[in-house]
Amino acid sequence: MITLGHLLALSAVLFAIAVAGVFLNRKNVILLLMCVELLLLAANFNFVAFSRYLGDISGQVFVFFVLTVAAAESAIGLAILVVLFRERRSINVEDLNTLKG
Amino acid sequence: MNPNVLLAIPLLPLIAAIIAGVFGRQVGRAGAHTVTIAGVAISCALSLYVLKQIYFDGAPTFDAPVYTWLVSDGINIQVGFLVDRLTALMMVVVTFVSLCVHVYTIGYMHDDPGYQRFFSYISLFTFSMLMLVMSNNFMQLFFGWEAVGVVSYLLIGFWYTRPSAIFANMKAFIVNRVGDFGFIVGIAAIVYFTNSLDYKEAFAAAPQLVSQNIVLSHTTSVAALTVICVGLFIGAMGKSAQVPLHVWLPDSMEGPTPISALIHAATMVTAGIFMVARMSPLFEHSETALTFVLVIGATTAFFMGLLGVVNNDIKRVVAYSTLSQLGYMTVALGVSAYSAAIFHLMTHAFFKALLFLAAGSVIIGMHHEQDMRKMGGLAKYMPITAITCWIGALALVGTPFLSGFYSKDVIIEAVGESHRAAATYAYWCVLLGVFVTSLYTFRMLFMTFHGPERFRHAHGHGHAEEQGTAGDPGPGGALAHAPAFATAGAHGHGSAHTSAHAAEVSHAPAHAVHSSGGHGAGAHAHEEHDRSAPHESPAVVTVPLIALAIPSLLIGGLTVSSVVFGDFFGDAIFVLERNDVLGELAHEFHGAIGFALHGFLSLPFWLALAGAATAWLFFLKKPSLANTTARTFGWLRTILVNKYFFDWINENIVAGATRLLGRSLWRGGDAAIIDGAMVNGTAAAMGRLGSLLRHVQSGYLYSYAFWMIIGLAVLLGWFLWR
Amino acid sequence: MPETDFSLASVAPALPEIYLTVMVCVVLMVDVFAGQTRRGLTATFTLLTLAVGAGLTAMYSHVGVRTTLFNGLYVADELAWVLKLFGFLFVAFALLYSRTYLNDRGLLRGEYFVLALTALLGVFVLASANSLLTVYVGVELLALSVYAMVAFDRESGIAAESAMKYFVLGAIASGALLYGMSMIYGLTGTLSIDVLADHLRGEPSLGVILGLVFIVVAVAFKMGAVPFHMWLPDVYHGAPTAVTLFISTAPKLAYFALAFRLLAEGLQGLVQDWSRMLAALAVLTLIVGNLVALAQTNIKRLLAYSTIANVGFIVLGFVAGTPAGYSAALYYTIVYVLTTLGSFGVVVLASRKGFEADELDHYKGLHARDPMLAFMMMMLMFSTAGVPPFVGFWAKLRIIQELWATNHPWLVVIAAAVSVVGAFYYLRVVKLMYFDAPADVPDTERQTGVRFALGLNAVAVLVLGILPGPLLDLCARLIHQ
Repeated sequence: MITLGHLLALSAVLFAIAVAGVFLNRKNVILLLMCVELLLLAANFNFVAFSRYLGDISGQVFVFFVLTVAAAESAIGLAILVVLFRERRSINVEDLNTLKG
Repeated sequence: MNPNVLLAIPLLPLIAAIIAGVFGRQVGRAGAHTVTIAGVAISCALSLYVLKQIYFDGAPTFDAPVYTWLVSDGINIQVGFLVDRLTALMMVVVTFVSLCVHVYTIGYMHDDPGYQRFFSYISLFTFSMLMLVMSNNFMQLFFGWEAVGVVSYLLIGFWYTRPSAIFANMKAFIVNRVGDFGFIVGIAAIVYFTNSLDYKEAFAAAPQLVSQNIVLSHTTSVAALTVICVGLFIGAMGKSAQVPLHVWLPDSMEGPTPISALIHAATMVTAGIFMVARMSPLFEHSETALTFVLVIGATTAFFMGLLGVVNNDIKRVVAYSTLSQLGYMTVALGVSAYSAAIFHLMTHAFFKALLFLAAGSVIIGMHHEQDMRKMGGLAKYMPITAITCWIGALALVGTPFLSGFYSKDVIIEAVGESHRAAATYAYWCVLLGVFVTSLYTFRMLFMTFHGPERFRHAHGHGHAEEQGTAGDPGPGGALAHAPAFATAGAHGHGSAHTSAHAAEVSHAPAHAVHSSGGHGAGAHAHEEHDRSAPHESPAVVTVPLIALAIPSLLIGGLTVSSVVFGDFFGDAIFVLERNDVLGELAHEFHGAIGFALHGFLSLPFWLALAGAATAWLFFLKKPSLANTTARTFGWLRTILVNKYFFDWINENIVAGATRLLGRSLWRGGDAAIIDGAMVNGTAAAMGRLGSLLRHVQSGYLYSYAFWMIIGLAVLLGWFLWR
Repeated sequence: MPETDFSLASVAPALPEIYLTVMVCVVLMVDVFAGQTRRGLTATFTLLTLAVGAGLTAMYSHVGVRTTLFNGLYVADELAWVLKLFGFLFVAFALLYSRTYLNDRGLLRGEYFVLALTALLGVFVLASANSLLTVYVGVELLALSVYAMVAFDRESGIAAESAMKYFVLGAIASGALLYGMSMIYGLTGTLSIDVLADHLRGEPSLGVILGLVFIVVAVAFKMGAVPFHMWLPDVYHGAPTAVTLFISTAPKLAYFALAFRLLAEGLQGLVQDWSRMLAALAVLTLIVGNLVALAQTNIKRLLAYSTIANVGFIVLGFVAGTPAGYSAALYYTIVYVLTTLGSFGVVVLASRKGFEADELDHYKGLHARDPMLAFMMMMLMFSTAGVPPFVGFWAKLRIIQELWATNHPWLVVIAAAVSVVGAFYYLRVVKLMYFDAPADVPDTERQTGVRFALGLNAVAVLVLGILPGPLLDLCARLIHQ
């Protein structure tokens, strides 16, 4: 029997993987974008689980909003990526260090 | 009383000052003077209205905050007005003199590139001065005090390209810092003991303060009230130029003449006098402080007057006269004759402003020449100036029936009546001061308006003659050369005359054309800027002169019975029963006319007459006598010419010692310990820490994310596993 | 099922949002028809839009009446109303200042203005949020617009880099916000902020605390509190100055609203917990912000760290945990935005075509070159440093007063001490402008209208300092609980 606890643990693991992905990955910016998506999915998972558990529809409505926003977010993320690549000829995370201090 | 009216009185000049100052270029010259004059004129009218309401209609005293800016720990920092009869009188004096000066400035500053700036400054000054006199709390008093100071520095250094102006500016600034130190100590002590900045509460607490002491060590302590009063008075000494903080005032004559009249004669320098009178409920309870005031005042009154006798700069003579008269006012304060001090302040404001403006008019007429040795016989060319100047001078020396007579005689008699410790010393100082006043005043009149005409020569060959006379600045020094000077009679009005024309064509009927030494008419022809003879100033200059001459003549006689001997001030001024010298005098007072008639028989009148006679003898009749005298009393002259060596002492000993002390403290204490270890040490440590911390900002995205996660984890750890 | 009423009268309180949404579309159309050559038209039209919007909002003042709309998703109260009014005003000034700057760099394109308006719409949504869902939508609407604006200059590598950093870190913060919201939702069963407040009385469960931490982290990120601040200096530095100017205005109001709606309204029951978290963050923020600012040579970075230091003060207002504390924070926010608007305005005006006046050295001897600009910058710097009588003094004083009133003496000491450190770098700017030999750089922008607006801005800083009463009273009135 899958309980709420299992679902929450799964979403926590997803969240942790996403976050770890952001700061462990030192190569490709596209991987960062994927991690970001994963992060949002973890939160979505939580919402759906709670919605089901509470028998309240608003959590699932929230998920729809998040999905929409996530789509817009990836669009903007990819657009920035394109601009970055045009300027730097690289999408390596380690090359993003001209601004510091 | 309507607080909006009161608020409008200082704010109108402020608004005008902002318009003239910030938008000077847009409004132009005419715009600048129109708007500032309108502002001050309305202010003046409103002040008169307030005086009428409060004196004739018997309106109650207005004492209320208008705007509270900050309340901190029970101490209100606010704008508030205390308008009683004392304030109303001061408001009228300030705005009236300011108005005259505004009008006069149109003529005096006509050709100056800083025209709008100047109008902006004097309007700003009017605002500051009004804030000072109308204040009902020490914070605003201090604000006004500093604000008038700032404007005065701005104006002393108005011609900021002249090194001498900058020097005078700096001097005024530094000397006033000394005074302000005492002032701040006084205010701080009031806040410490009464926990309030309001006059009302400080005055109410004054009787209790008498018994309080400030313990200095196990054996010595001083009365709290004495510390407060002496502190405040030291502030007044700076602002009102009392010995030894007087040195800035003569130098302040570097500023344009209108401000010498407004700031350094009529209003700002009397702020100290006003302040002490305002604080009479405090000073009355401190015998020590009043004695201190008396001695300082008496010293200033006599010894500063003497310096006027040896000066040749017409403005500086008037400046020393101002110092001496301020001394008289201070003496009056010292013997608890506060209303006499304010009375003298008022009459002095009128006749001294008049004298300054007349001197300015002479300076305009002489094309910005200030040396009296290069004047003489001007009465013929500048009749209005001469007559008004004479009126001012007669008022100054105390001719019966003129306003100066009443105020000065009252002070002298009050001092004679007083039983304060130093009253005898003060009495002799003010009595002899009358002689001195008369001497320098008539010397100035004779050298400027009468006697032989020296200006043409001096102008044509000013350079050579200055060299000739520079080494001999004694009383009659200039006149020793007088016989050698001749007058090339050129007469004209305006500068349209060419040099040759001016030199050769003589319209002046009564002048013999001599050629003297090597200085012939031909030499004149070579002058690029040979000025035509002096000419009477335009109406914008002479009208204020006349406007000021009328009160100089009349105001004393009209008001003496109510202001000094009546109860004009009501409860605005507080005098203890035992100190009430004016009350004593009032028994002998039988009307203004009787007082003046009695004046003919009194000692001061004869002293003044003697002074006039001496001046006539030395400077008009037999100038050679002046030189002989000067040579005989060479040592005295040296002392006077060097102004009692105050400047020398200040520069070499006071400033020297201060610099030495400062340098040693700086090297040892400041540079090594405070700066090195504490200030710079801390700063350097902060800087290093900052440079270190900025490396955390490595620029790498994953490190930023890492720090965020660390932050999240720490917060989670802290709150979930506590 | 609650009755749904979409009649015009019932949605009228949402007029600013409706108006703005319509105008975004209109501006897009105007831009299409304006074509390549008449870019100025879009800019003028946008400014007009903002001015009319401010007028409409000012006229439609439902002062004192709190209305909820759209099934409780949206609230129209006095706070929201004033925030929107200030939003219109500040954005209008920001766009006015940056017009020439954008034009000189070929950035004066319609998209810029559309993005600015959508960002402002995000601000409005946040200001009126009464549900976790609305909060999220507002945050994302604002954030996505701003990411795009930062990357707007396609010729600039550092702009793209900073946009990328902002985007990725912002997405993590969004994730944290969502995660926290989901926890709170799950454990209380509601998304509505009003209802939430009723559910969270008494000792909170562990799960609620977990959610709270995530929400606090997200709020701290948006505001720029240490250690979640690292995007801020890079974005301020990397973005075109006009965008930096924009970011430091209206969005700050939104982040105040975010913190206020979420923490002070929704999670007031947990005030014990979050005020301690915020206190720790505030101390770090004040120290790091001020110290690192000392080591900066770039004025945009300097102002970024100055922002961080100021955020520390705003957070301290929340630490107090009382309505008076929130109102102090609101006051501080408004004052800070007003002052920063002016400071960046000066930076924008000092920059010319092909020249970015972003190094501190470029300001050497500014007084000799442009006394008016230097004087305005001096007033603004004095105000930020908290020198009386400028308005910045009051802002700091109010925060410190509230901290003292709520018994946080150590925070008062730290706040006062770091203010002294802060004064150093603000006064250093003044020293550079007035006492150093003029730098050899192009002339400043001389356009009268813009300078007049900037002058108004600087004078406002002084006038509000001398007459602080009205704004203080307003802020106190807006927050009543």
